[in-house]
Amino acid sequence: MKFIKVISFLYLLIASTQTFAQDSTASLLSILEKEMEQSKDVTIYTTATFKTTRLINGHSVENVGKGVLDVKVSHRFGNVSEGLYELFGLDKASMRAGFDYGITKNIMIGVGRSTFQKTYDGFIKVKILQQSRGKKNMPITLSYVPTLAIKTIHYEDPKVDNHFSSRLSYSHQLIIGRKFSDKTSLQLMPVFIHQNLVTLARESNDIFAIGIGGRQKLSKRISFNAEYYYVLPATKLNGTSNSLSIGFDIETGGHVFQLHFTNSQGMNERTFIADTKGKWDKGDIYFGFNISRVFTVGKKH
Amino acid sequence: MKTITFILIAILTCTQVIHAQSYLTKNGKISFFSRTDIENIDAVNNQAVSVITPQTGSIAFSVLITGFLFKKALMQEHFNENYMESAKYPKASFKGTITDVSKVNFTTDGSYNVTVAGDLNIHNVSNKVIVPAVIVVKGGKVSANATFKVKLEDYKISVPKIVEGNISKTIEIKVDCNYNPK
Repeated sequence: MKFIKVISFLYLLIASTQTFAQDSTASLLSILEKEMEQSKDVTIYTTATFKTTRLINGHSVENVGKGVLDVKVSHRFGNVSEGLYELFGLDKASMRAGFDYGITKNIMIGVGRSTFQKTYDGFIKVKILQQSRGKKNMPITLSYVPTLAIKTIHYEDPKVDNHFSSRLSYSHQLIIGRKFSDKTSLQLMPVFIHQNLVTLARESNDIFAIGIGGRQKLSKRISFNAEYYYVLPATKLNGTSNSLSIGFDIETGGHVFQLHFTNSQGMNERTFIADTKGKWDKGDIYFGFNISRVFTVGKKH
Repeated sequence: MKTITFILIAILTCTQVIHAQSYLTKNGKISFFSRTDIENIDAVNNQAVSVITPQTGSIAFSVLITGFLFKKALMQEHFNENYMESAKYPKASFKGTITDVSKVNFTTDGSYNVTVAGDLNIHNVSNKVIVPAVIVVKGGKVSANATFKVKLEDYKISVPKIVEGNISKTIEIKVDCNYNPK
């Protein structure tokens, strides 16, 4: 009897140790998994919807980071169909140099100057909503961009009563964007443009347009971009067309190179949305590029 | 007599339960550093989850890649989008054992040099690693520290030629976790 008791006691002892050993490894992994599940309490914000703050001509939903300076150099060339003599339009270059700066991660400002009509431009971009998933679910990123452009080219007729205000144009746009997947992002850009001076009396000072654009990543660092602005026919200016642009983004560390073909030669909202004179079906295709280089200048956060 | 034996057995088997304790942290610090002539890159994650079970010496870590914070926002973006592909592989983890855990007395304050061996999974690639570590027991709390190097190519993290000079082929990883008894 005693012998049996001793054996059963030893057996219980061993058995209990065994169980705990198995429990430990299994429970270790399950503890980790359970703790990680608490990431459902965390909101994951979508990043890198587009590679830079411009899609092609127009703004994207992206902002530059806080304390980051983004130097932008853009060129738009002449007509590709002009052939080899004009080096496919390269001889007729129009340029914009600009500086964008991130004040906070949701607010950025930018200034620039274009050689076309010697125009100075400035803008503020405010991110109102950020796409996210997890605890806080937001399906879109929403930004608001008011811009101002000032033409400084000399008036054609200095004897006419020319006002400074005639040089100004404004635009207000909302950009509604969504990163559908790692590779695909789309955005809608309803925009309102006001120009103080128009060419013909019957033309509207106020122009409404809606843009649509997107990008499809072809590899980790290269994407295909497209952008189209539809101007409401009632507000469309005489002799202008809707802007259509297609191109590629190539990102290399601190630079983003955007190479594209477009029927717009302007580089501020009024010129490329409301004043596009080229027509794709007539072969008015202009090659252009944007180069973006970021520098972190603000204090580290 | 039978009752006494029964009680004895019950007590002895019960005491086993008390010893199977774990130590847990949800704010472990994991950082990494890359040094090249052109630039240095470093980032810190202060939300690593880790568990140690002294009974078996098992130790495990799990960390969210998006939790690594950089000084430069664009660097953090590229780290996630281009290098770690965190949308596809959101976590990095380590599962292994403290091979000489018997050296460590979890009930006595002290500093113990140990060896940790196990599987390190980064970018969906697992490699066996053996890392020297230091476990410090103080006032019922445990902390673990380790510094070790990994090669990017071992985890299929590719660096384009154009930025090869900016990112070191070998990255130094530092682990600094303070555990509480669970």
